[in-house]
Amino acid sequence: MAHQEQVKILENKKIGANYFELVFRSAKIAKSALPGQFVDIKVDASVMPLLRRPLSIHSVKGINIALLYEVLGKGTEILSGHKPGEYLDIIGPLGNGFSAGGKMPAMLVAGGMGVAPLVFLAEKLKSAKRLVLIGAKTKKQILCVKEFEKAGCEVKVATDDGSSGFKGRVTDLLERVLADNPKAGIFSCGPKPMLKAICALAGTNNIRAEISLEEHMACGIGACLGCVVDTKEGMKRVCKEGPVFEAGKIIWR
Amino acid sequence: MEIKLAVKIGQLILKNPVMVASGTFGYAEEFDDFIDLKKLGAVVTKTITLKPRKGNPGPRTCETPAGMLNSIGLENPGADKFIAEKLPIIKKVGVPAIVSIASEGDPEEFVVLARKLEKTEGVSAIELNISCPNIREKSRLISQDTKATYDLVKSVRLVTTKTLITKLSPNVTSIIEIAKAAEEAGSDALALINTLTGMSIDVNRRKPKIASIVAGLSGPAIKPVAVRMVWEVYQKAKIPLIGMGGIMNTEDGLEFLIAGASAIAIGTLNFVNPGSSVQIIEGLKKYMAKLKINDIKDIVGSLKT
Repeated sequence: MAHQEQVKILENKKIGANYFELVFRSAKIAKSALPGQFVDIKVDASVMPLLRRPLSIHSVKGINIALLYEVLGKGTEILSGHKPGEYLDIIGPLGNGFSAGGKMPAMLVAGGMGVAPLVFLAEKLKSAKRLVLIGAKTKKQILCVKEFEKAGCEVKVATDDGSSGFKGRVTDLLERVLADNPKAGIFSCGPKPMLKAICALAGTNNIRAEISLEEHMACGIGACLGCVVDTKEGMKRVCKEGPVFEAGKIIWR
Repeated sequence: MEIKLAVKIGQLILKNPVMVASGTFGYAEEFDDFIDLKKLGAVVTKTITLKPRKGNPGPRTCETPAGMLNSIGLENPGADKFIAEKLPIIKKVGVPAIVSIASEGDPEEFVVLARKLEKTEGVSAIELNISCPNIREKSRLISQDTKATYDLVKSVRLVTTKTLITKLSPNVTSIIEIAKAAEEAGSDALALINTLTGMSIDVNRRKPKIASIVAGLSGPAIKPVAVRMVWEVYQKAKIPLIGMGGIMNTEDGLEFLIAGASAIAIGTLNFVNPGSSVQIIEGLKKYMAKLKINDIKDIVGSLKT
């Protein structure tokens, strides 16, 4: 069940070039939150911006919930200006999360900010073997390596410019790694072209993959039908039946 | 002091004048986590068509200054699935269900749908959505043509005894003429306004922000236009008006009532604050208590000019 709540900000700090981590307290949301779910935030009381901003749940520690976000526009800019002690109007937890219950080896593949929900997943996964692949344009955009390691995962990095780890796309790195882990399940979050490539890889290698999609949302609670994607089972709402979908079900345009 | 909030729309008596606008409230179940649904005056459903409809390609929404554009394209499960799966949920809550209907091209579909709903228990009223700007099959909306509006309302009126509400488009030269046509054809009430057509462009990609290019603008940005249209129509129409367009709080709702609306509908605000409709009902009570007005009807059309 989702709740609308005024939550107290405990922390809201810059952790990189344009990246912020916000921590707030909510016993209700913490109790039921699943990896892959998100919260929908009203960044302030004004009508500009009018709509809430959906952010995936990055980590849950006790009743403290962390969100990781990049300042990209006016909404996230206002959000980044909030100080600890201030309150935010939040709805959550929303959407359908990853299946974290299986014990099969897991490969978590993140592109850029796609690390955000995967840290929470890494903390919750039952799998003994968890390999994390993080891809970005350059070293500065590689986030959360320590968090994943702390959660007991092995981490490999890919950068387009070769400034850290494998030089090339994270999906190319995944293709290499797949040979050694033919039975692993894939969990992924990142930009659309990357997710599309992952779906193709999962298909040709006949492995199960779950991907977290991102779409413009108006309501975040399944009412407006603004964020739908085409699937083999008809139009599905990213905010309700998603954001996590089985890779094989998505029809890519 | 006892505060009377009940209003009459056609044969339908609403316990309070606050309803939720079509397309902004799904089929009510989506809001169950956030509000006590039975407190609402009525629920207007997402528009249904005779056959299931996939809707328009994405992106379907984008934010604009103090508003948003949408082009959903009437995605819905079709009349039969709606009646079998969605309507019972609203019925169970015990709140009046106003079912919004549209055709995909042939106006005769409205008549077929109205006949179907006439026989369906749990349908409190029918709203004719002749003003959705996001259907590609149509170059012109029924609500943009006086004669087409009259003919359509008349043909539905002949097959239903249920309360009939006609939803009007603001994208017209004179909304009064269209309103009068709907009234003369036998509509019991008028709902206004639907979205204003608009568009928004991503200048870096030089592409429209909405896939279908032109979309419907809603939210607080359109409220002054909506209030003006309610006030204009109120002076000429004899049937009740349901006012909507950018209501963000109690005060906005009061503007519509004072301008002449007998009831109001919360639209885009449901996306921003899913609990808002019930908060506005409470807000109306507070306003009336403060001004010692005991019947909401004394507010309707009370504009001093």
